[in-house]
Amino acid sequence: MGNWIVNHGLSVFILVIWMGINIFLFLYYYFFYDLGDQYVYTRHLLGSALAWARAPAAVLNFNCMLILLPVCRNLLSLVRGSFVCCGRSMRKQLDKNLTFHKLTAYMIALMTAVHIIAHLLNLEWLNNSRQGEYDTLSTELSELGDVPDESFLNPIRSNNTTPTYVAFTTIAGLTGVIITLAFILMITSSMEVIRRSFYEVFWYTHHLFIIFFAGLVFHGAGRIVRQQTEDSMLLHKTAVCSNQSLYWGKIEECPIPQFKGGEPGTWKWVLGPMFLYLCERVLRFIRYLQKVTYRKIVIHPSNVLELQLTKPGFHMEVGQYVFLNCPSVSQLEWHPFTLTSAPEEDFMSVHIRSVGDWTRGLISQLENLPEGAQGPRMAVDGPFGTASEDVFDYEVSMLVGCGIGVTPFASILKSIWYKFKESNPKLRTRKIFFCWVCRETHAFEWFADLLQVLEKQMEERGMKDFLTYKLFLTGWDHSHAAHAMVHFDKDTDIITGLKQKTHYGRPNWDKEFEEIRKENPTSVVGVFLCGPQSLAKTLEQKCVKYSDVDPRKVKFYFNKENF
Amino acid sequence: MGQIEWAMWANEQALASGLILLAGGIVGVAGQFRGWEFAAYGVAAGVFVCLLEYPRGKRMSKGTNMERTGQRCLTICVKAFGPVTRNYYVRAVLHAILSVPGGFILPTVLGCVCLGIASLIYLAAAIRGEQWEPILPQTVTKERIGQSIKQPPQNPPPRPPVDVRRKRTDDAEGAAYVNPIPVTASES
Repeated sequence: MGNWIVNHGLSVFILVIWMGINIFLFLYYYFFYDLGDQYVYTRHLLGSALAWARAPAAVLNFNCMLILLPVCRNLLSLVRGSFVCCGRSMRKQLDKNLTFHKLTAYMIALMTAVHIIAHLLNLEWLNNSRQGEYDTLSTELSELGDVPDESFLNPIRSNNTTPTYVAFTTIAGLTGVIITLAFILMITSSMEVIRRSFYEVFWYTHHLFIIFFAGLVFHGAGRIVRQQTEDSMLLHKTAVCSNQSLYWGKIEECPIPQFKGGEPGTWKWVLGPMFLYLCERVLRFIRYLQKVTYRKIVIHPSNVLELQLTKPGFHMEVGQYVFLNCPSVSQLEWHPFTLTSAPEEDFMSVHIRSVGDWTRGLISQLENLPEGAQGPRMAVDGPFGTASEDVFDYEVSMLVGCGIGVTPFASILKSIWYKFKESNPKLRTRKIFFCWVCRETHAFEWFADLLQVLEKQMEERGMKDFLTYKLFLTGWDHSHAAHAMVHFDKDTDIITGLKQKTHYGRPNWDKEFEEIRKENPTSVVGVFLCGPQSLAKTLEQKCVKYSDVDPRKVKFYFNKENF
Repeated sequence: MGQIEWAMWANEQALASGLILLAGGIVGVAGQFRGWEFAAYGVAAGVFVCLLEYPRGKRMSKGTNMERTGQRCLTICVKAFGPVTRNYYVRAVLHAILSVPGGFILPTVLGCVCLGIASLIYLAAAIRGEQWEPILPQTVTKERIGQSIKQPPQNPPPRPPVDVRRKRTDDAEGAAYVNPIPVTASES
């Protein structure tokens, strides 16, 4: 339990606060509409569906405000920068921005469903009241406003209409249908399958958020949910008058009640975040216009492209990522890539694997480039921060990379090398464990030279046990095994040419953690992963399992790069 | 990975539409809305669409197939219809037709429009030549016993792989291994 609090405490705390606010808003507005005197007549027409429609609306406002904040990446960087004093567990929360983004989206989906169902009932019942299907009071209330000097309560102003017609001819109905459709399309196209494999579909469809927010701002403008005015409530007491509706306006104590529409409030919630997000996009556009020059273009084996770019005024930290836009491949698409260069270098580099239309397009353009020519125009937005900035803060760091997920660690390892050369005092790390899990052998190639150089460097400085690394090859067959057996006596590995031998099969995490715990019984260990979700879960559990409640003993903190 | 497969998105969209249609239908029937018969239709159509779309198809290009939880059983059912469920033109037309009655009453309108959109995406998928292939458990091919196992071993252990142990005929001295006793194939 203690371990669990150490590792998850803060994120759970934030979730509890968020959920608490949601529940509070729901209950507050539920009882506001369910008990409020100004809604007595509205409730007579709609029953509890009024409160069931309005309470989710309040929660929706709150979550629509929140959903834009986690994707304001520059804002997050700013916050991260100002949290330097507050310790790493606070900053770590900022790396879960996309998880939070998804969580609010799910909350919006749930509340939208409740809101829509309640309003479906509302429209049906308003229409029935209008057509005189219920008691006298309902009919009388619906007929208010048919003559001048009266204000209406029932927004359905015609005797022979259908709820469908009303839904498509009122502001609230029409915008509601449109933004719900936009929202549904956004959700279906951002499912894991689509987002991972067909990023373009996700990217373009997600821009329906413009329609979503535009519709949302105007959704309440029709003022369709109506209440009795304060003045009218003083003269017309519902307790006395509600059962003599036929005599309204004829007897003195019951004048005809007056009604007004509710003030639209959504825009107050969402306008701020919308402005912030607009600033982000403007900043991106400014960066789009800035000039980026190519320093070097390398095509590595197994279809990995390395781009070395320079941009004046660009400064990065380790493990950060940038968004790239190449207008000649696609005008509008921005794709995130992790930087593989170190802050100490005077250029930035990215490794791009050929996986989708965009990356393939880019690689084929660069392959056909004439000798010595500059590449196509490239725009860079960023850099944006993620967890690996914290690597140097931990006494012991355990880095786990899967396949192309090794890229953030390339930057880290390089940076460590540079920091070593300068004997930088900022380097608190005593020890680094580096695990690389990979499916194919040739994927090792492009990264291996970096490791080789590092290995040599460390040996020369007599810091051999500073960096321990293990390579795991998961996709192997008998010919690999046989090959390895032959060269068993060799000093260097047959695949990578490194001193460390490649391991075959998946790592046994229990063994690895146990080893680290034994070697560093009193350290704080940061575990960093760039890889699939299932591995993240395993590692997170192991972190909890192998942490000690005793503050003086070994502790594992889990960090994940998320894309 | 690579080429966009529209059918994947169409499948997500259609499944969501099925659920929305179903939910709208339930509201319509439970609230006894005017014309609730259409809502009842919405329930039926929603369930049907969900059942049809729940089993996710195989990806055309190389890549991980992501099955939905417990889709195996439905995959077999859907596969049983053969070309009818395999062809995405059929699905596009089917969804387009199914969506029409949903437009008559308000509760099912949203499901109707969503299903219409799903139908359009399926049409795009069909035009690009995609089709539904079931994800089935890969049949584990039994490893056949290699020819060499029928022969008795020629060298004593340890035995390095073939390319290393091959004796060079022109350099009998340099050959790595010499059998201490002559080995012959068993006669029996």
